[in-house]
Amino acid sequence: MIAYIVRRALYAIPILIGVNIITFLLFFVVNTPDDMARMFLGQKHVTEVQIEDWKTERGYHNPLFYNADAEGLDSFKETIFYTKSLRLFVFDFGRSDSGRDISFDISQRMWPSLAIAVPQLLIGLLVAITFALLIAFFRATYIDYWAVVICVVLMSISSLFYIIGGQFVMGKLLRVVPISGFESGIFGIKFLILPVLIGVVGGIGSSTRWYRTIFLEEMNKDYVRTVRAKGIAEQTVLFRHVLRNALIPILTGVVVILPLLFMGSLITESFFGIPGLGSYTIDAINRQDFAIVRSMVFLGAVLYIIGLLLTDISYTVVDPRVRLG
Amino acid sequence: MLPGKPVFLLTDILIFVLVLSIVSFFAYAMRKPHLRQPWGQVVRSRAGVISMIVLAVYVAIALLDSLHFHPVLENPAADSTEVQYSGEVISVFDQLVSGLRASTEKTYSAPFSAHLYAKETVQQADGTRVRVYPRLAWGAAHLEEPHTQKTADILGLALTGALKAALVWAVLLVLWALYLSARTARAFPVAFRTLFDGRSEVPWRTVSVTLGVVLLVLMVGAEWASKYHVLGTDKVGEDVLYQALKSIRTGVVIGTLTTLLMVPFAIVLGIMAGFFRGWIDDVIQYLYTTLNSVPGVLLIAAAVLMLNVYMSKHAEAFASLTQRADMRLLFLCLILGLTSWTGLCRLLRAETLKLRAVDFVQAATAFGVGPMQTIFRHILPNVMHIVLITLVLDFSGLVLAEAVLSYINIGVDPTMNSWGNMINSARLEMAREPIVWWSLAASLFFMFTLVLFANLFADVVRDALDPRVSR
Repeated sequence: MIAYIVRRALYAIPILIGVNIITFLLFFVVNTPDDMARMFLGQKHVTEVQIEDWKTERGYHNPLFYNADAEGLDSFKETIFYTKSLRLFVFDFGRSDSGRDISFDISQRMWPSLAIAVPQLLIGLLVAITFALLIAFFRATYIDYWAVVICVVLMSISSLFYIIGGQFVMGKLLRVVPISGFESGIFGIKFLILPVLIGVVGGIGSSTRWYRTIFLEEMNKDYVRTVRAKGIAEQTVLFRHVLRNALIPILTGVVVILPLLFMGSLITESFFGIPGLGSYTIDAINRQDFAIVRSMVFLGAVLYIIGLLLTDISYTVVDPRVRLG
Repeated sequence: MLPGKPVFLLTDILIFVLVLSIVSFFAYAMRKPHLRQPWGQVVRSRAGVISMIVLAVYVAIALLDSLHFHPVLENPAADSTEVQYSGEVISVFDQLVSGLRASTEKTYSAPFSAHLYAKETVQQADGTRVRVYPRLAWGAAHLEEPHTQKTADILGLALTGALKAALVWAVLLVLWALYLSARTARAFPVAFRTLFDGRSEVPWRTVSVTLGVVLLVLMVGAEWASKYHVLGTDKVGEDVLYQALKSIRTGVVIGTLTTLLMVPFAIVLGIMAGFFRGWIDDVIQYLYTTLNSVPGVLLIAAAVLMLNVYMSKHAEAFASLTQRADMRLLFLCLILGLTSWTGLCRLLRAETLKLRAVDFVQAATAFGVGPMQTIFRHILPNVMHIVLITLVLDFSGLVLAEAVLSYINIGVDPTMNSWGNMINSARLEMAREPIVWWSLAASLFFMFTLVLFANLFADVVRDALDPRVSR
């Protein structure tokens, strides 16, 4: 088991290098530091001196891969690739183009993101599994048919509609909860209700339908027929046998997104004014702050790979038949 | 013939290539019983035919909107005898709804309204100034006394539209019944009855009822749109219905071209990985795991940022704003495809691995058939259903994604009509009093209809094509 985890962790290294190269190509080769400086300082009336100053200040003045002016190893060290990209491997994100420490910002903004994402995931999971189990109980009836139709309708509505509609009805018409904002501590809950609720409603259609398929697949298996043949009540069959076995694919599907919860949701956070990582990324995109976007891309890739690893491990935990080797 | 000088935008060409390949695929599939059978199942399902009719309307609008040209100038310079073309690029669809396109107001106006949304100071004949809601330049301009005549006028137009729809519907049904009676060698009344008795194999009753409803909506809408702003006007006074209709093309292009652009990569790499295994498999797996681990939205954001920088640096490379917006749309399709081909590639690899071990492929190898021939003859035809299922399943997700991306300004060009751009500009208007809801409602409704029927269609197609689903 340990050996497997170590091997998978080692396998992640070439992938991270690949991600690093992709981001490097995107940010520095297609779009040279000169362009970035011009973009940042404004298109017109920029002197060469200003550009050079801007680049030196942020460490973009070095050559991309190889520095011919430096001696020995330094000719590789004093390059943009080394100072900007390789540092990411030790989670040294450096400073954003506006001069703030990115690592500090991330550690601060992680918590609001989690405050939204975790309850949203848990409540969403609970609600979707309950509905899916109910639909599976009424399978092949009109209830089943219409429930699936409703799921498809819910899936077809844009997430933007849920957010705008929810803000309008709950915040403006009924005035139950504040429209947007964030506050840490126990009183902050009133700010969380609406985004969590909307997140749950927005995801319910597709997840219920997906879980329903999993439950129905499980119900068609031989052991379920055997259990029924023994004369066990349908409720017991559903809860004791079908639910437990169907949880395996459901939970392993959830595990892969667990690490990515840190990243927050771009849309939800920016609509509700939550100072999490999602809105941090959006602000960076809008301000064209490349250092932040680059850091977030790398962080996202790391978290995704951790998610894949966790998925494999969780298979062995929930299903003893799976052996990793 | 186009009333002007044609312009071929890249997305136009690609979308017609796509249409051609789909048509030729069906022409081919109809001759092969094993390919025809699943599509027969699609046509026999009620959800299938309903969604096909609705989607056909959307696609027809998108195709008409993909034929672009420079229109002939109405009043050319006096000293030239040649035909002169305007600098702007419009489409055949623009030409068809030129009334809507030209009918701009000053600013917001509510659906069916005869007055502007905001009060203005108007000088009256006797010199005094009053604050009133001024009449619209175009909407309901034919009425003398809007508040007394409007309801009757709207109902009258609806009745005219309904009558026209009924006429067209009746003609279509009679023609179709004639065709059916000729093909099945039955008397005309019998054939006509099968369109409504609900007992035919293909659900003709559903087809005729859906067709009737669609015609009714189109005709009544057209009647209303000729006299009113059916869905109001936006901040700069443009007709919202026109914007929503123009956005159809953007949605359809993103939904289809993205998949079209990624399918070749996914097929080649997926089949190669599964068929040759070994180091080729390792390299390809590494490639898609790496691409997959970059969060999709961030990759798109980074790429679009880069594109913005590139475009502002090379502004002279684009002949017109339309072309520039079109390039950006195509680029967005490319980058969306780049983030989504990995799923299909993985599926194809797994399927190829499975097929490779099947007897007929083993036999082919034993008889000395080369790898390329084996792939084209035995592997490719047997994985095509996966490609088709992905094509229809991805469509709705991509249409929805466009709106979200446009909202964070990394979507299509801001000058292009799209539902995302409409929502983006309309969401701030919710704070006004009284609220300006029509722009938002229109874009969400048009998007919802397209996505809903695309989802229904995708379900039917998947059930029909996927061999794992028991029939």
